[in-house]
Amino acid sequence: MTGASLDALRAEAREWLAANFPPSLAFKNPVPYQNHAPYAEGDADWRLWRDRMAEKRWGAPGWPEIYGGAALDRAGIKVLAEEMRRIGAFNPMKMTGYTMLGPTLLEYGTEAQKAQHLPGIASGRVRWCQGFSEPGAGSDLASLQTRCTDMGDHWLVEGQKVWTSGANHADWCFALVRTDTSVKQRGISFLLIDMRSEGVETRPITLISGSTHFCEMFLNAVKVPKENLVGRVNEGWGVAKRLLQFERDSLSEGRGEGRSLLPIARDRIGVNAAGELADADLRTRLVGHAMRAHAYNLTQDRIGAEAKAGLPTAQLVPMLKNLGSDVAQMRAELVMELLGTRGLGWSGPGFTDEEMEAARQWLHARAFSIYGGSYEIQNNIAAKRTLGLPDPKPIGC
Amino acid sequence: MAVLTEEQAMLRDMASEWVRDRAPVTAARAAARSEQRYDPALWAEMAGMGWCGVLVPEAHGGADFGCVGFGIVQEELGRTLVASPLLSTALIGASAIRLGGSAEQQANWLPRIAAGEVVVALAVEEETPDAGTAAMLTAGSEGWRLDGRKTPVLDALAADLLIVSARDEDGSLRLVTVDAAAEGVGISPLDRLDGRDAATIDFAGVPVDRAAALDGGAELLEHLLDRGRAALAAEMMGTAAQAFETTLDYLKTRVQFGQLIGSFQALQHRAVAMQAELIMTRSAVEAALAAIDAGAEDASMLVSLAKALAGDTLRLIAREMVQMHGGIGMTEEHDAGLYFKRAAVTDATWGHAGFHRNRYARLAGY
Ligand SMILES: Cc1cc2nc3c(=O)[nH]c(=O)nc-3n(C[C@H](O)[C@H](O)[C@H](O)COP(=O)(O)OP(=O)(O)OC[C@H]3O[C@@H](n4cnc5c(N)ncnc54)[C@H](O)[C@@H]3O)c2cc1C
Repeated sequence: MTGASLDALRAEAREWLAANFPPSLAFKNPVPYQNHAPYAEGDADWRLWRDRMAEKRWGAPGWPEIYGGAALDRAGIKVLAEEMRRIGAFNPMKMTGYTMLGPTLLEYGTEAQKAQHLPGIASGRVRWCQGFSEPGAGSDLASLQTRCTDMGDHWLVEGQKVWTSGANHADWCFALVRTDTSVKQRGISFLLIDMRSEGVETRPITLISGSTHFCEMFLNAVKVPKENLVGRVNEGWGVAKRLLQFERDSLSEGRGEGRSLLPIARDRIGVNAAGELADADLRTRLVGHAMRAHAYNLTQDRIGAEAKAGLPTAQLVPMLKNLGSDVAQMRAELVMELLGTRGLGWSGPGFTDEEMEAARQWLHARAFSIYGGSYEIQNNIAAKRTLGLPDPKPIGC
Repeated sequence: MAVLTEEQAMLRDMASEWVRDRAPVTAARAAARSEQRYDPALWAEMAGMGWCGVLVPEAHGGADFGCVGFGIVQEELGRTLVASPLLSTALIGASAIRLGGSAEQQANWLPRIAAGEVVVALAVEEETPDAGTAAMLTAGSEGWRLDGRKTPVLDALAADLLIVSARDEDGSLRLVTVDAAAEGVGISPLDRLDGRDAATIDFAGVPVDRAAALDGGAELLEHLLDRGRAALAAEMMGTAAQAFETTLDYLKTRVQFGQLIGSFQALQHRAVAMQAELIMTRSAVEAALAAIDAGAEDASMLVSLAKALAGDTLRLIAREMVQMHGGIGMTEEHDAGLYFKRAAVTDATWGHAGFHRNRYARLAGY
């Protein structure tokens, strides 16, 4: 899209958003944190917003129309995102299914798989979870042990997953399973599992933020139809790597955003005669963060434009993920510092909802550098793939 | 570790053994958000070992070991996040009465403090910390009436005796003792990240006898806060040391990619950096405690150095504890989160690291 058609889209988006985005949700997307707040679906306004976006097809704006999308190009998608950001709106479909599985199926799925699963993702009606990690396979994901055996007319899955976000609310799971035990990466397959299948059990694990969407998942002799394999047998690692790229990509989005901390800083620490924040030390650090967040957002925009022009940007994803989690974690730390003892509330009374939410977000933000491949793993990938640095050899000192 | 006297070494060994045997982290978990928010049975054991009298003169039944001695105990308590009103009572309470109390007040309170029979809480902070003290003492026919709101007050729910700061009719800051059960004292519990005893206290026309005033006003208060900060820094150092050791153990047990994760240099270097911060923090904490005992002129500066380093070090190590444990470090079941939350609470108590950098700057003439 260019010039006039983009302008028209912007005008349409502005008008439609003003009429359809529930103001009660402005600047507080309930999905990313999933704290004590009721799960987003418990919120009537959230459901309304999801359904309106589904109908408008703007929840999956870039997907083909037959799958529930609006077939917009990158420039159009960016305009939509800008208009939403302006009023504190958000895309309610941005959950595991949309950010990770959708784009993977578009590349690797069969026609039948796409037709079966994409519309449910684009409408936000079908919830997905990611069954990758296992107790012994976190950073070293390829060491996963969940067995998948070919029984002729179906697959039989047996094993345990862990840290499966949202498994207790999910309808479907995309999982990595072992179809060959004699090799590591090349013995892995990518499977879609209906969570209502017999033998699937989930047990929630409470997070330090109090959230309970995190789960252990047990797969006890679960039968899975043959056609639920994505890609070929033993070629699931390639599919997973692609999916992890999409995951990192989505995780580096929006990290530099959020309203300026200046108003709350003014409120909490006051200003001197020159109108500057009264605490020089904190002022320097707040500005340092604001500038990093600014530069980070510019970087996101620039990389987006380069990707659109067909330049290679995939090798930057690990670094962007780390920059993004850094910026977001630092922001959460600064908010806590600004709030002082007011930021230490776990439950009321005595603390405002905003104060308690800040503490929960600060706790939850620690996960940014753990999930989707930890900070260290991203750096390892960047060092090896992007910079071409060699693996270490034992040096014995 | 500083070179300890024989008595100090004994105190440390006793505290360390007790904490290990009687008050592991499971005890802290059980105490958090419980009705009393600390375990009275453990508190009685602590009193039985004489810890409530560490700052009390021998004549009043204490051991008179000074702040260095107290710091030794507090550091060990920090290791397993022991919840108790020891710091409020045995350090701040005992110091307040000892340094600002009349002979009568001393004779009345110090023996009971040393015996663990009374719990003391310091009610000083207010909702707008920078606006100064707004709580008022208004002269009446006999003594004063106290009005105002203090928050957060640590160990308020457990407290029998409150030490409250307020302005008198001349606008001077005074510290007065107030019976926590007196009429007009309203205590509203706060539920904070660490699940410990803290509350907002409202004083509405509480009668205060003039004999309940402590000598020393603002100067005494600053000194009491410095004692509290230094001892809290010792506790934070213990918390940080334990968080570090637990993490180090994990680096030596968790296997990924067919090797111990502690074999990855990316983690090794950060582990060494944490140890280096602990070393520096220990020097600052020990120097601050010793300076207070010696009445040294630069004690406040050293206290700010210690509290700032302890805050930064503990928060760094608590973050790394979560990070290096990966997914399990994010779970409520694991201890990492307890250390992480406690780090934020202690850092924010009596001035976080940023506050103490500014204070150090002022004291050092920057
Ligand atoms: C909130 C949250 C949500 C999650 N959601 C999901 C989900 O929905 N589905 C799913 O499958 N998984 C999920 N995960 C799991 C996540 O992907 C793993 O936690 C992550 O991959 C790390 O694995 P691990 O926890 O086993 O830690 P480990 O791999 O054991 O790592 C422990 C520490 O060692 C470091 N380390 C490991 N290897 C190296 C190395 N080679 N060099 C340097 N350092 C190294 C790690 O960075 C980490 O600091 C989630 C995790 C969290 C915290």
